[in-house]
Amino acid sequence: MKIIIKNKSELPIYEQIEQQMKAQILDGTIAEEEQLPSIRQLARDLKISVITTTRVYNDLANEGFIISVAGKGYFVAPRNNELLRERMLCEMETALEQAVRSGRDAGLSDDEIIAALRSFMEGS
Amino acid sequence: MENILEIKNLNKSYGDFALKDVSFSLPKGYIMGFVGENGSGKTTTIRSILNMAKFDSGEIRVFGLDSVTDTIAIKERLGVVFDSLYLAEHLNVKQIERQIKPFYKDWQTEEFFRSIEEFDLPTDKKVGDFSKGMKMKLMIAVALSHKAELIILDEPTSGLDPVARDELLDILAEYIEDENRGVLFSTHITADVERIADYVTILHSGKVWFTGELNTLSEGYAVLKGAEEDLPAGIKDKLIGFHAYRNGFEALIKTDDLAGLPDSLEYEKASIDEILVYIAKEDKHERHSKGHVV
Repeated sequence: MKIIIKNKSELPIYEQIEQQMKAQILDGTIAEEEQLPSIRQLARDLKISVITTTRVYNDLANEGFIISVAGKGYFVAPRNNELLRERMLCEMETALEQAVRSGRDAGLSDDEIIAALRSFMEGS
Repeated sequence: MENILEIKNLNKSYGDFALKDVSFSLPKGYIMGFVGENGSGKTTTIRSILNMAKFDSGEIRVFGLDSVTDTIAIKERLGVVFDSLYLAEHLNVKQIERQIKPFYKDWQTEEFFRSIEEFDLPTDKKVGDFSKGMKMKLMIAVALSHKAELIILDEPTSGLDPVARDELLDILAEYIEDENRGVLFSTHITADVERIADYVTILHSGKVWFTGELNTLSEGYAVLKGAEEDLPAGIKDKLIGFHAYRNGFEALIKTDDLAGLPDSLEYEKASIDEILVYIAKEDKHERHSKGHVV
Protein backbone atom coordinates (compact mmCIF):
# COMPACT_ATOMS: atom_id res chain seq x y z
CA MET A 1 0.00 0.00 0.00
CA LYS A 2 1.36 3.36 -1.01
CA ILE A 3 -0.16 6.60 0.23
CA ILE A 4 1.05 10.07 -0.58
CA ILE A 5 -0.42 13.03 1.25
CA LYS A 6 -0.16 16.43 -0.32
CA ASN A 7 -0.40 19.18 2.23
CA LYS A 8 -1.14 21.75 -0.43
CA SER A 9 -3.92 19.73 -2.02
CA GLU A 10 -7.42 21.17 -2.21
CA LEU A 11 -8.74 17.80 -1.03
CA PRO A 12 -8.91 17.13 2.70
CA ILE A 13 -6.41 14.53 3.92
CA TYR A 14 -9.07 11.87 4.55
CA GLU A 15 -10.30 12.13 0.95
CA GLN A 16 -6.79 11.90 -0.45
CA ILE A 17 -6.21 8.66 1.45
CA GLU A 18 -9.64 7.25 0.57
CA GLN A 19 -9.10 7.89 -3.14
CA GLN A 20 -5.67 6.30 -3.15
CA MET A 21 -6.77 3.26 -1.15
CA LYS A 22 -9.83 2.73 -3.35
CA ALA A 23 -7.70 2.93 -6.49
CA GLN A 24 -5.22 0.42 -5.08
CA ILE A 25 -7.94 -1.96 -3.94
CA LEU A 26 -9.65 -1.78 -7.34
CA ASP A 27 -6.46 -2.36 -9.34
CA GLY A 28 -5.32 -5.10 -6.98
CA THR A 29 -2.19 -3.38 -5.62
CA ILE A 30 -3.69 -4.12 -2.22
CA ALA A 31 -4.74 -7.74 -2.58
CA GLU A 32 -8.18 -8.93 -1.55
CA GLU A 33 -8.46 -10.13 2.01
CA GLU A 34 -5.11 -8.52 2.83
CA GLN A 35 -4.92 -7.18 6.38
CA LEU A 36 -4.60 -3.42 6.59
CA PRO A 37 -2.58 -1.53 9.20
CA SER A 38 -4.61 -0.66 12.30
CA ILE A 39 -6.17 2.79 12.56
CA ARG A 40 -3.46 3.86 14.99
CA GLN A 41 -0.59 2.36 12.99
CA LEU A 42 -1.74 4.16 9.87
CA ALA A 43 -2.02 7.46 11.77
CA ARG A 44 1.48 6.98 13.09
CA ASP A 45 2.97 6.03 9.72
CA LEU A 46 1.41 9.00 7.96
CA LYS A 47 1.85 11.35 10.92
CA ILE A 48 -1.78 12.38 10.82
CA SER A 49 -4.54 12.39 13.38
CA VAL A 50 -6.26 9.23 14.59
CA ILE A 51 -9.67 10.77 13.93
CA THR A 52 -8.72 11.20 10.27
CA THR A 53 -7.68 7.56 9.82
CA THR A 54 -10.78 6.42 11.73
CA ARG A 55 -12.91 8.36 9.27
CA VAL A 56 -11.05 6.82 6.31
CA TYR A 57 -11.67 3.27 7.53
CA ASN A 58 -15.29 3.96 8.42
CA ASP A 59 -15.99 5.45 4.99
CA LEU A 60 -14.22 2.62 3.15
CA ALA A 61 -16.09 0.03 5.22
CA ASN A 62 -19.43 1.73 4.53
CA GLU A 63 -18.69 1.72 0.82
CA GLY A 64 -17.78 -1.95 0.89
CA PHE A 65 -14.08 -1.66 0.09
CA ILE A 66 -12.88 -3.01 3.40
CA ILE A 67 -14.38 -5.01 6.22
CA SER A 68 -13.84 -4.81 9.93
CA VAL A 69 -13.31 -8.10 11.76
CA ALA A 70 -13.94 -7.75 15.48
CA GLY A 71 -10.77 -8.33 17.47
CA LYS A 72 -8.63 -8.74 14.35
CA GLY A 73 -8.71 -5.45 12.50
CA TYR A 74 -9.46 -4.30 8.99
CA PHE A 75 -9.20 -6.36 5.80
CA VAL A 76 -9.70 -5.66 2.12
CA ALA A 77 -13.13 -6.95 1.18
CA PRO A 78 -13.19 -10.13 -0.94
CA ARG A 79 -13.68 -9.50 -4.64
CA ASN A 80 -16.99 -11.34 -4.82
CA ASN A 81 -18.31 -8.78 -2.40
CA GLU A 82 -21.57 -7.45 -3.86
CA LEU A 83 -21.04 -3.83 -2.90
CA LEU A 84 -17.55 -3.72 -4.30
CA ARG A 85 -18.64 -5.45 -7.50
CA GLU A 86 -21.46 -2.96 -7.91
CA ARG A 87 -19.00 -0.13 -7.51
CA MET A 88 -16.59 -1.61 -10.03
CA LEU A 89 -19.39 -2.06 -12.55
CA CYS A 90 -20.37 1.51 -11.99
CA GLU A 91 -16.78 2.65 -12.58
CA MET A 92 -16.63 0.59 -15.76
CA GLU A 93 -19.87 2.07 -17.07
CA THR A 94 -18.72 5.61 -16.42
CA ALA A 95 -15.40 4.95 -18.14
CA LEU A 96 -17.12 3.31 -21.15
CA GLU A 97 -19.54 6.18 -21.44
CA GLN A 98 -16.62 8.58 -21.45
CA ALA A 99 -14.80 6.48 -24.05
CA VAL A 100 -17.84 6.38 -26.35
CA ARG A 101 -18.34 10.12 -26.00
CA SER A 102 -14.68 10.83 -26.78
CA GLY A 103 -14.83 8.47 -29.77
CA ARG A 104 -17.93 10.15 -31.17
CA ASP A 105 -16.45 13.59 -30.57
CA ALA A 106 -13.50 12.45 -32.66
CA GLY A 107 -15.95 11.49 -35.43
CA LEU A 108 -15.58 7.71 -35.16
CA SER A 109 -18.45 5.42 -36.19
CA ASP A 110 -19.91 3.00 -33.63
CA ASP A 111 -18.20 0.10 -35.43
CA GLU A 112 -14.85 1.85 -35.24
CA ILE A 113 -15.32 2.47 -31.51
CA ILE A 114 -16.21 -1.21 -30.93
CA ALA A 115 -13.20 -2.27 -33.01
CA ALA A 116 -10.97 -0.01 -30.92
CA LEU A 117 -12.37 -1.55 -27.74
CA ARG A 118 -11.83 -5.07 -29.08
CA SER A 119 -8.21 -4.41 -30.06
CA PHE A 120 -7.68 -2.83 -26.67
CA MET A 121 -9.04 -5.93 -24.92
CA GLU A 122 -6.90 -8.24 -27.04
CA GLY A 123 -3.89 -6.14 -26.25
CA SER A 124 -4.29 -6.22 -22.49
CA MET B 1 -15.27 7.95 25.87
CA GLU B 2 -13.08 8.29 28.94
CA ASN B 3 -11.42 11.67 29.37
CA ILE B 4 -7.75 11.80 30.27
CA LEU B 5 -8.05 15.53 30.93
CA GLU B 6 -11.14 17.47 31.91
CA ILE B 7 -11.39 21.16 32.71
CA LYS B 8 -14.67 22.55 34.00
CA ASN B 9 -15.49 26.25 34.38
CA LEU B 10 -11.99 27.35 35.21
CA ASN B 11 -11.89 30.95 36.41
CA LYS B 12 -8.90 32.95 37.44
CA SER B 13 -8.18 36.65 37.42
CA TYR B 14 -5.12 38.67 38.14
CA GLY B 15 -4.49 42.23 37.12
CA ASP B 16 -6.39 42.98 33.94
CA PHE B 17 -6.21 39.36 32.77
CA ALA B 18 -8.82 36.70 33.43
CA LEU B 19 -9.62 33.15 32.44
CA LYS B 20 -13.38 33.02 32.09
CA ASP B 21 -15.27 29.73 32.40
CA VAL B 22 -12.67 27.74 30.52
CA SER B 23 -14.00 24.23 29.89
CA PHE B 24 -12.69 21.51 27.60
CA SER B 25 -11.84 17.86 27.72
CA LEU B 26 -9.47 15.49 25.97
CA PRO B 27 -10.49 11.84 25.51
CA LYS B 28 -7.92 9.11 26.07
CA GLY B 29 -5.95 8.14 23.00
CA TYR B 30 -5.94 11.47 21.22
CA ILE B 31 -3.89 14.61 20.58
CA MET B 32 -5.27 18.08 21.25
CA GLY B 33 -3.78 21.26 19.84
CA PHE B 34 -4.16 24.29 22.10
CA VAL B 35 -3.98 27.56 20.21
CA GLY B 36 -4.68 31.25 20.63
CA GLU B 37 -2.88 34.58 20.41
CA ASN B 38 -0.22 35.59 22.94
CA GLY B 39 -1.86 36.42 26.25
CA SER B 40 -5.01 34.43 25.46
CA GLY B 41 -4.45 32.31 28.60
CA LYS B 42 -2.90 29.10 27.25
CA THR B 43 0.08 29.09 29.59
CA THR B 44 -2.08 30.06 32.58
CA THR B 45 -4.42 27.17 31.79
CA ILE B 46 -1.48 24.78 31.51
CA ARG B 47 0.03 26.08 34.75
CA SER B 48 -3.35 25.51 36.42
CA ILE B 49 -3.46 21.90 35.18
CA LEU B 50 0.01 21.39 36.64
CA ASN B 51 -1.05 23.00 39.92
CA MET B 52 1.65 25.63 39.43
CA ALA B 53 -0.94 28.40 39.51
CA LYS B 54 -3.94 28.75 41.80
CA PHE B 55 -7.33 29.32 40.24
CA ASP B 56 -10.37 31.10 41.67
CA SER B 57 -13.03 28.55 40.81
CA GLY B 58 -13.67 25.51 38.68
CA GLU B 59 -12.33 22.00 38.53
CA ILE B 60 -9.53 20.22 36.71
CA ARG B 61 -9.37 16.44 36.51
CA VAL B 62 -6.38 14.56 35.14
CA PHE B 63 -6.78 10.76 34.85
CA GLY B 64 -10.01 11.39 36.78
CA LEU B 65 -8.01 12.77 39.73
CA ASP B 66 -8.31 16.26 41.20
CA SER B 67 -5.50 18.54 40.03
CA VAL B 68 -5.09 20.18 43.44
CA THR B 69 -5.60 17.45 46.02
CA ASP B 70 -4.10 14.61 43.95
CA THR B 71 -1.30 16.58 42.37
CA ILE B 72 1.49 14.19 43.41
CA ALA B 73 -0.30 11.11 42.08
CA ILE B 74 -0.98 12.98 38.84
CA LYS B 75 2.62 14.06 38.36
CA GLU B 76 3.87 10.48 38.54
CA ARG B 77 1.91 9.84 35.35
CA LEU B 78 2.35 13.19 33.63
CA GLY B 79 5.13 14.43 31.37
CA VAL B 80 5.78 18.09 30.61
CA VAL B 81 7.76 19.82 27.90
CA PHE B 82 8.22 23.56 28.19
CA ASP B 83 9.75 25.94 25.69
CA SER B 84 12.78 26.28 27.91
CA LEU B 85 14.66 23.57 29.80
CA TYR B 86 13.64 23.04 33.44
CA LEU B 87 16.68 20.86 34.13
CA ALA B 88 20.06 21.85 35.58
CA GLU B 89 21.96 23.34 32.65
CA HIS B 90 25.47 22.63 33.98
CA LEU B 91 24.93 18.85 34.10
CA ASN B 92 25.25 16.29 31.33
CA VAL B 93 22.60 13.70 30.44
CA LYS B 94 24.07 11.01 32.72
CA GLN B 95 24.12 13.38 35.70
CA ILE B 96 20.59 14.59 34.92
CA GLU B 97 19.35 11.00 34.95
CA ARG B 98 20.81 10.39 38.39
CA GLN B 99 19.26 13.62 39.62
CA ILE B 100 15.71 12.99 38.34
CA LYS B 101 15.51 9.27 39.04
CA PRO B 102 14.59 9.49 42.76
CA PHE B 103 11.57 11.68 42.03
CA TYR B 104 9.65 9.01 40.18
CA LYS B 105 8.47 5.63 41.48
CA ASP B 106 8.28 4.20 37.98
CA TRP B 107 11.55 5.58 36.62
CA GLN B 108 13.20 3.30 34.02
CA THR B 109 16.89 3.99 33.47
CA GLU B 110 17.13 1.66 30.47
CA GLU B 111 14.16 3.25 28.77
CA PHE B 112 15.69 6.69 29.34
CA PHE B 113 19.00 5.84 27.69
CA ARG B 114 17.21 4.02 24.89
CA SER B 115 15.30 7.25 24.10
CA ILE B 116 18.48 9.32 24.43
CA GLU B 117 20.16 7.09 21.87
CA GLU B 118 17.14 7.09 19.58
CA PHE B 119 17.02 10.91 19.73
CA ASP B 120 20.79 11.14 18.98
CA LEU B 121 21.57 13.07 22.17
CA PRO B 122 25.16 13.10 23.51
CA THR B 123 25.45 11.82 27.10
CA ASP B 124 28.65 13.67 28.07
CA LYS B 125 27.82 17.21 26.96
CA LYS B 126 26.38 19.86 29.29
CA VAL B 127 22.65 20.07 28.54
CA GLY B 128 22.89 23.87 28.76
CA ASP B 129 24.87 23.71 25.51
CA PHE B 130 22.17 21.67 23.75
CA SER B 131 20.29 23.22 20.84
CA LYS B 132 16.62 24.02 21.33
CA GLY B 133 15.58 20.86 19.50
CA MET B 134 17.90 18.72 21.63
CA LYS B 135 16.51 20.24 24.84
CA MET B 136 12.97 19.50 23.67
CA LYS B 137 13.92 15.88 22.95
CA LEU B 138 15.60 15.57 26.35
CA MET B 139 12.41 16.68 28.10
CA ILE B 140 10.43 14.16 26.05
CA ALA B 141 12.91 11.42 26.96
CA VAL B 142 12.31 12.25 30.64
CA ALA B 143 8.53 12.05 30.12
CA LEU B 144 8.79 8.70 28.34
CA SER B 145 11.02 7.24 31.03
CA HIS B 146 8.50 7.48 33.84
CA LYS B 147 5.72 6.01 31.69
CA ALA B 148 3.84 9.28 31.41
CA GLU B 149 0.31 8.66 30.18
CA LEU B 150 -0.34 12.31 29.38
CA ILE B 151 2.23 14.66 27.90
CA ILE B 152 1.61 18.39 28.08
CA LEU B 153 3.76 20.53 25.81
CA ASP B 154 3.80 24.31 26.10
CA GLU B 155 5.03 25.88 22.87
CA PRO B 156 7.33 22.97 22.07
CA THR B 157 7.75 23.99 18.44
CA SER B 158 8.53 27.69 18.90
CA GLY B 159 12.09 28.37 17.83
CA LEU B 160 12.57 24.87 16.45
CA ASP B 161 13.88 24.33 12.95
CA PRO B 162 11.64 22.38 10.54
CA VAL B 163 13.68 19.19 10.97
CA ALA B 164 13.29 19.21 14.77
CA ARG B 165 9.58 20.01 14.43
CA ASP B 166 9.14 17.06 12.13
CA GLU B 167 10.98 14.83 14.60
CA LEU B 168 8.64 16.00 17.36
CA LEU B 169 5.57 15.12 15.30
CA ASP B 170 7.13 11.72 14.66
CA ILE B 171 7.67 11.16 18.37
CA LEU B 172 4.11 12.25 19.24
CA ALA B 173 2.60 10.08 16.50
CA GLU B 174 4.51 7.10 17.88
CA TYR B 175 3.56 7.94 21.48
CA ILE B 176 -0.15 8.10 20.73
CA GLU B 177 -0.21 4.75 18.97
CA ASP B 178 -0.93 3.43 22.47
CA GLU B 179 -4.58 4.31 22.85
CA ASN B 180 -4.35 4.81 26.62
CA ARG B 181 -2.29 7.97 26.31
CA GLY B 182 -2.98 11.59 25.51
CA VAL B 183 -1.18 14.72 24.36
CA LEU B 184 -2.04 18.39 24.91
CA PHE B 185 0.20 20.83 23.11
CA SER B 186 0.04 24.56 22.79
CA THR B 187 1.63 26.09 19.76
CA HIS B 188 1.69 29.05 17.40
CA ILE B 189 2.67 26.85 14.50
CA THR B 190 -0.84 25.81 13.59
CA ALA B 191 0.29 23.76 10.58
CA ASP B 192 1.52 21.18 13.09
CA VAL B 193 -1.91 21.12 14.73
CA GLU B 194 -3.67 20.84 11.39
CA ARG B 195 -1.69 17.76 10.51
CA ILE B 196 -1.55 15.70 13.65
CA ALA B 197 -4.16 16.88 16.16
CA ASP B 198 -7.50 15.13 16.60
CA TYR B 199 -8.99 17.86 18.72
CA VAL B 200 -8.35 21.56 18.95
CA THR B 201 -9.15 24.19 21.54
CA ILE B 202 -8.92 27.86 20.61
CA LEU B 203 -8.55 30.28 23.48
CA HIS B 204 -9.26 33.94 22.92
CA SER B 205 -9.04 36.66 25.59
CA GLY B 206 -9.27 34.10 28.37
CA LYS B 207 -12.33 32.34 26.94
CA VAL B 208 -12.77 29.17 24.93
CA TRP B 209 -13.69 30.26 21.40
CA PHE B 210 -13.82 26.74 20.04
CA THR B 211 -13.23 23.26 21.39
CA GLY B 212 -13.92 20.03 19.58
CA GLU B 213 -12.77 17.86 16.72
CA LEU B 214 -10.38 19.50 14.31
CA ASN B 215 -12.60 18.34 11.41
CA THR B 216 -15.56 20.22 12.86
CA LEU B 217 -13.49 23.39 12.99
CA SER B 218 -11.95 23.12 9.55
CA GLU B 219 -15.24 22.18 7.92
CA GLY B 220 -17.17 24.72 9.97
CA TYR B 221 -15.58 27.95 8.82
CA ALA B 222 -14.65 29.55 5.50
CA VAL B 223 -13.06 32.80 4.39
CA LEU B 224 -15.51 34.85 2.34
CA LYS B 225 -14.30 37.43 -0.18
CA GLY B 226 -15.99 39.71 -2.65
CA ALA B 227 -17.52 43.11 -3.19
CA GLU B 228 -19.36 44.57 -0.22
CA GLU B 229 -22.41 45.56 -2.30
CA ASP B 230 -22.97 41.88 -3.24
CA LEU B 231 -23.63 40.96 0.40
CA PRO B 232 -27.33 40.21 1.03
CA ALA B 233 -28.97 42.25 3.80
CA GLY B 234 -28.55 40.84 7.29
CA ILE B 235 -25.60 38.59 6.49
CA LYS B 236 -23.04 41.12 7.65
CA ASP B 237 -23.99 40.55 11.29
CA LYS B 238 -23.02 36.91 10.90
CA LEU B 239 -19.57 37.66 9.54
CA ILE B 240 -16.56 37.45 11.82
CA GLY B 241 -13.74 39.96 11.55
CA PHE B 242 -15.30 41.79 8.60
CA HIS B 243 -12.67 43.90 6.88
CA ALA B 244 -13.42 46.16 3.91
CA TYR B 245 -10.71 47.57 1.72
CA ARG B 246 -10.65 49.42 -1.58
CA ASN B 247 -11.34 46.45 -3.86
CA GLY B 248 -13.68 44.42 -1.71
CA PHE B 249 -14.01 42.77 1.65
CA GLU B 250 -12.81 39.69 3.54
CA ALA B 251 -14.40 37.98 6.51
CA LEU B 252 -14.72 34.66 8.28
CA ILE B 253 -18.09 32.94 7.94
CA LYS B 254 -19.65 29.77 9.31
CA THR B 255 -20.07 27.31 6.44
CA ASP B 256 -23.72 26.90 7.56
CA ASP B 257 -24.27 30.56 6.65
CA LEU B 258 -22.89 30.13 3.12
CA ALA B 259 -26.17 28.79 1.70
CA GLY B 260 -27.99 31.28 -0.49
CA LEU B 261 -25.09 33.66 -0.98
CA PRO B 262 -24.67 35.04 -4.52
CA ASP B 263 -22.06 33.40 -6.81
CA SER B 264 -20.19 36.67 -7.10
CA LEU B 265 -18.86 36.04 -3.59
CA GLU B 266 -15.93 33.65 -3.35
CA TYR B 267 -15.11 31.47 -0.39
CA GLU B 268 -12.36 29.06 0.53
CA LYS B 269 -11.48 26.79 3.42
CA ALA B 270 -10.23 28.67 6.48
CA SER B 271 -6.97 27.58 8.09
CA ILE B 272 -6.52 27.82 11.85
CA ASP B 273 -4.15 30.75 11.29
CA GLU B 274 -6.83 32.60 9.34
CA ILE B 275 -9.45 31.83 11.98
CA LEU B 276 -7.17 33.29 14.68
CA VAL B 277 -6.57 36.43 12.63
CA TYR B 278 -10.29 37.02 12.00
CA ILE B 279 -11.19 36.47 15.64
CA ALA B 280 -8.64 39.13 16.58
CA LYS B 281 -9.99 41.50 13.90
CA GLU B 282 -13.54 41.02 15.13
CA ASP B 283 -12.39 42.16 18.55
CA LYS B 284 -10.76 45.33 17.28
CA HIS B 285 -13.84 46.03 15.21
CA GLU B 286 -16.10 45.70 18.25
CA ARG B 287 -13.91 47.94 20.34
CA HIS B 288 -13.78 50.41 17.51
CA SER B 289 -17.53 50.55 16.95
CA LYS B 290 -18.23 50.81 20.68
CA GLY B 291 -15.85 53.74 20.85
CA HIS B 292 -17.68 55.25 17.96
CA VAL B 293 -21.05 55.11 19.72
CA VAL B 294 -19.69 56.88 22.76
